[in-house]
Amino acid sequence: MKRVQFSSPYLPYLFIAPQMAIIFVFFYWPSVQAIQSSFYLEDPFGFGSTFVGLSNYSDALGSVQYQSIARFTLLFTVLVTFLSLGIGMLLAVKADAVLKGSSTYKTLLIWVYAIAPPVAGLMGMMFFDQHIGPLVKLAAFFGWDMKVGLNYNDTAIAMIIVSVWKQIPYNFIFILSGLQGIPVSIREAAAIDCRSGMRRFWTMTLPLLAPTAFFLLIINMTYSLFDTFGVIDVMVKDKAANNPITLVYKVYMDGFRGNDLGGSSAQSVILMIVVFVLTIFQFRFIERRVHYN
Amino acid sequence: MASIGIKDVSKIYNGGVTAVSSVSIDIADGEFIVLVGPSGCGKSTLLRMVAGLEAISEGSVTIGDRVVNEVDPADRDIAMVFQNYALYPHMSVYENLAYGLKNRRTPKAEIDARVAEAARMLELQPYLERKPRALSGGQRQRVAMGRAIVRKPSAFLFDEPLSNLDAKLRVSMRGEIKRLQRRVGTTSIYVTHDQLEAMTLADRLVVLSGGKIEQIGRPLDVYHRPATTFVASFIGSPAMNLVTGELHGSKLALGPALIDLGATVPTQGAVTVGLRAEDLHIHDGTKGDLPFRIDYVEELGSQRLVHGVVGDQPLVAAIPSEIPLPETASLSIATAKLHFFDSKSGQRIDWVGEGAIAASIPAMEVAAS
Repeated sequence: MKRVQFSSPYLPYLFIAPQMAIIFVFFYWPSVQAIQSSFYLEDPFGFGSTFVGLSNYSDALGSVQYQSIARFTLLFTVLVTFLSLGIGMLLAVKADAVLKGSSTYKTLLIWVYAIAPPVAGLMGMMFFDQHIGPLVKLAAFFGWDMKVGLNYNDTAIAMIIVSVWKQIPYNFIFILSGLQGIPVSIREAAAIDCRSGMRRFWTMTLPLLAPTAFFLLIINMTYSLFDTFGVIDVMVKDKAANNPITLVYKVYMDGFRGNDLGGSSAQSVILMIVVFVLTIFQFRFIERRVHYN
Repeated sequence: MASIGIKDVSKIYNGGVTAVSSVSIDIADGEFIVLVGPSGCGKSTLLRMVAGLEAISEGSVTIGDRVVNEVDPADRDIAMVFQNYALYPHMSVYENLAYGLKNRRTPKAEIDARVAEAARMLELQPYLERKPRALSGGQRQRVAMGRAIVRKPSAFLFDEPLSNLDAKLRVSMRGEIKRLQRRVGTTSIYVTHDQLEAMTLADRLVVLSGGKIEQIGRPLDVYHRPATTFVASFIGSPAMNLVTGELHGSKLALGPALIDLGATVPTQGAVTVGLRAEDLHIHDGTKGDLPFRIDYVEELGSQRLVHGVVGDQPLVAAIPSEIPLPETASLSIATAKLHFFDSKSGQRIDWVGEGAIAASIPAMEVAAS
């Protein structure tokens, strides 16, 4: 490790000050606020608050609705993470093997990433529109009467498809650059040592991609848990009540629609703990198996 | 073990660039062939075509009695050693050695035996559990060699395997490769740009330039009878001096000197004359035959390289370092050690006087200058 000498011992702190300020204002301060308000029952009209201890937590965790949303969130996160990682990897491996017109192919795949989540949600809505949606027409062709926004399962499927579709390009870029970081001579040596391309992928390509894949695993889980908010919002807003939502959307609904700031804060704190535990788990148990060059 | 036939093989890239043009080499079973040439001469491309890593545009490659043009690299029964070792970074040394065997469904006991044998031959036993990044350059190179040996293939292909090592290690690894190849007796093709490596390793040398074969032959034959001026200047260190002279009957005019060859060369007029630096002798004053103006001297310890000019043409002479350097010098050479090349095509011109090494330096006339 290279040690850099600064003329003043305070100078390095000055350099990281802007970053720390942002983290403080947008992360630590709201976190502390959330933890604090999760112990109170806030008056919806702002006329003071009452200390209620852990009852916001017990209310949330004890609610059947909350539990079912948590189950859906788990399913949603697992499916979105693995589908977007898997499809992104498949496309990247194929794109890496393309010799002619590869840049056009890659650009077309990456494009989608430039779309903002609400716009993606809107486009997804159009894909699944009752009257003009091509995917609904495709489903109808197979005799499936899709009712996105009305039928719980249909909405869930549409939500997952749009979320995966939105995330594939991101995974694609990272995996492709990861693939291109594998030395050509190692691939060639493997080609001489192993005939089956499939086997080569599992024994050579994937282990060498592990650092990239591990990073993407974390990013994708965070994406599925939090960043899909925009997509979900566009898809279920102003719709009949029985629609699938994730825990993050529930936080928003309870806090800003239901004006239950205390309960909403308690839910955020629960989410924070879940993410904290997940991250620790990933670094302790998965990263250990990742080979960094 | 198998012979390898390379027949009229060409590599033409999409843009129409010809990297290798119509190369034919017959390699006997167990032979050590070295492809040598400057960078860009097509030697690596040729090797990669034999390995199957590069498609063959024209011609055919035969390994054993099987044409392998369309055969997958893994099925060609070859093993390759790469310049940067290409070890699998996530596998231990043992796994690196065993990988190729495992994929060929070799029984576990046999894999263990072969890896143990290779590890013993290459003195890798203490490192079998280590990852490649925990090894030194020389050890990595030995693992790369081991990966080839355990497979017991028909042929070894070496793509400049020593160029990433430091000079001292290179010399010892060179010896090790030669010994190993002798011991296992596997047909080998070795690519290098280092003429010394080529000379010391090869049973036969293939000198390539611009995608074409300049000469195929045993190292000493190539050294003593280079087929072209390119080979003459590429093989041997220091490079052979190539100067222009003029032939008149049995006499050669070289700068200010006129040398009696004692026989006629089957060409007349302008000719390229090749003189090996180590065949030149230096004399005090004008006792020698070619007046030589010394420019500068490179001391190599065992010998010194004297750079200078004869007439207006630069020349290098390698002389023992114990001989004192004269103020005014002249050079002499045995006529039998003169090489003649066509001044236009650069092709060697054979003549009756060559090779008849004279015991003493014959008298040469010194032309008045």
